[in-house]
Amino acid sequence: MPLNLDPNITNPDEFYDELIRAHEGLTKDQSDAYNARLILVLCNEIGDRDVLRAALEAAK
Amino acid sequence: MVAVRYETTFKLYPYEKVAAQDLPPARHPVVIAGGGPVGLALALDLGQKGTPVLVLDDHDGAGQGSRAICFAKRTLDVANRLGASGPMVEKGVVWNVGKVFHGDGKLFDFNLSPEDGHRNPAFINLQQPYFERYLVDAIRVAQADGVPIELRGRNQVSGLTVHDTYSTLDVDTPDGIYQIEADYLIACDGARSPLRDMMGLSFDGRVFEDNFLIADVKMKADFPTERWFWFEPPFEGAGQSALLHKQPDDIWRIDFQLGWDIDREKELDPERIRTRVDAMLSSQSGSIPDYELEWTSIYTFQCRRMKTFRHGPVLFAGDSAHQVSPFGARGANSGVQDADNLGWKLDLVLKGIAPETLLDSYATEREHGADENILNSSRATDFMTPKTEVSRTFRDAVLTLASKHPFARPLVNSGRLSVPCSYDGFALFGEDALNGPPISRPSAPCVDASYQDGFLLDHLGGQFTILAFGGPAPASVSAEGVGTKIVHVTEPNEQMRARYLGDAPQAIYLIRPDQHVVARWPNYDADAIKTAIKTAIGKGA
Repeated sequence: MPLNLDPNITNPDEFYDELIRAHEGLTKDQSDAYNARLILVLCNEIGDRDVLRAALEAAK
Repeated sequence: MVAVRYETTFKLYPYEKVAAQDLPPARHPVVIAGGGPVGLALALDLGQKGTPVLVLDDHDGAGQGSRAICFAKRTLDVANRLGASGPMVEKGVVWNVGKVFHGDGKLFDFNLSPEDGHRNPAFINLQQPYFERYLVDAIRVAQADGVPIELRGRNQVSGLTVHDTYSTLDVDTPDGIYQIEADYLIACDGARSPLRDMMGLSFDGRVFEDNFLIADVKMKADFPTERWFWFEPPFEGAGQSALLHKQPDDIWRIDFQLGWDIDREKELDPERIRTRVDAMLSSQSGSIPDYELEWTSIYTFQCRRMKTFRHGPVLFAGDSAHQVSPFGARGANSGVQDADNLGWKLDLVLKGIAPETLLDSYATEREHGADENILNSSRATDFMTPKTEVSRTFRDAVLTLASKHPFARPLVNSGRLSVPCSYDGFALFGEDALNGPPISRPSAPCVDASYQDGFLLDHLGGQFTILAFGGPAPASVSAEGVGTKIVHVTEPNEQMRARYLGDAPQAIYLIRPDQHVVARWPNYDADAIKTAIKTAIGKGA
């Protein structure tokens, strides 16, 4: 399965709002740590190592 | 004596003394305070339905400056129903290509190529004074046909007493003060609504600490008809964002987001403005085109609404009731939807057909509309001006990814264009027995389609309508004194199949006067239609 780089999120504005709200009240360090945990949770959801490798590349 | 606060672009309703000024207070069914886009649209709608309406405005025409410049399809559809959209679309500028920049680089282009089968484009750019003028032109035509609309310029409401079932107004004029009474008073008097203040009503919400500089420039040379939007523009002192947008008459609207701590006097210095405009206009071509500064202004904005839009016999519509940031063109466009929603309800209540509680549904439906607009424009503003370090990190990540990967582009938010409001789950709507396409579900505004030599919406008009696709011709139904017009499309085309039928071979729709769908069925059932009409006018069980 190739990495999907086309739009795939329903109601993107609502999603973005929820993402930013998830950080409300956190310090910079707490936000960074939260982001790291979030990335790991999402990576586990993806699972496929080829896709993960492609994502690591796409985000550079 | 009524003061002149601003210059007008067009004198549309010059002051004339009327006999009523020397007589005891006359009672009017509807008085509208404010002759802007909302008040004029409402007056035209009510007058055409035969309900007499008096519009009072403290000036004699449309104020100066382009102000609202982006009129959405839904607004044009309403104006079309009112017979005023022709000159708007003819004069207005239609654009399809947009470019989004971040700093020095371009992130992406987009092309809003229009979908077939719509009379009106997704939106036009048109200076607000033209929009008002064309509405007044349509009112003048209607008046000549005996439609009961009266416009009184330089008539300022200077005092207000609200009783249980009517209001008494003091009206100041160049010839002094006189009094009138109104069964219903509609406050379309703008964001600083004097009527709202006179009634001591609050207007709470979120203040965005930012200043925007608007410059309308008249360009003498050719320049592309595109929308250019910058995040973090690279030009000196341009602020957080900048926007370039075409208007008619070779005018371009330029917005600079300047931030909160600014010296307004200094920022309005024409030399300083020209320096910024020069940098923006030359950024893509390297040369500065010849231009003149037409109009400049600095504004701040708030996202807020009144707790409720109805206060007994006084109703608020447009900016007096709700305010949003300008991103997405949700100010005037939502105000016109207010007028569209209120017109037929007021008309039925004043004719004794519907209970006065129907007017409460104006408030609840349009409060929902305002909440939707406030949510959308707040999100755009938060994206454009990140409030925290982490939100800036995410915003910049989205922008960086958007230049490379299409998935990030829908997350880029420089304002979401006003789309019409649906009223899912509200009390006045009936069943979806058809289970057809979501776009035309009960509570949604009717979507246009090609029909005969024109368009479907042209046939609906401003009364309750039974719209039938395929099947046998339906008979008219009347309930509680409300009749129905019949529109029978014997052979639905592809657009109608996609937008109204889905897999169904035929369908019956009940449409209310503001062209929102009340209910829909796979087959004609007169009793079901009667029940839906009762529900739609607030007489449901």
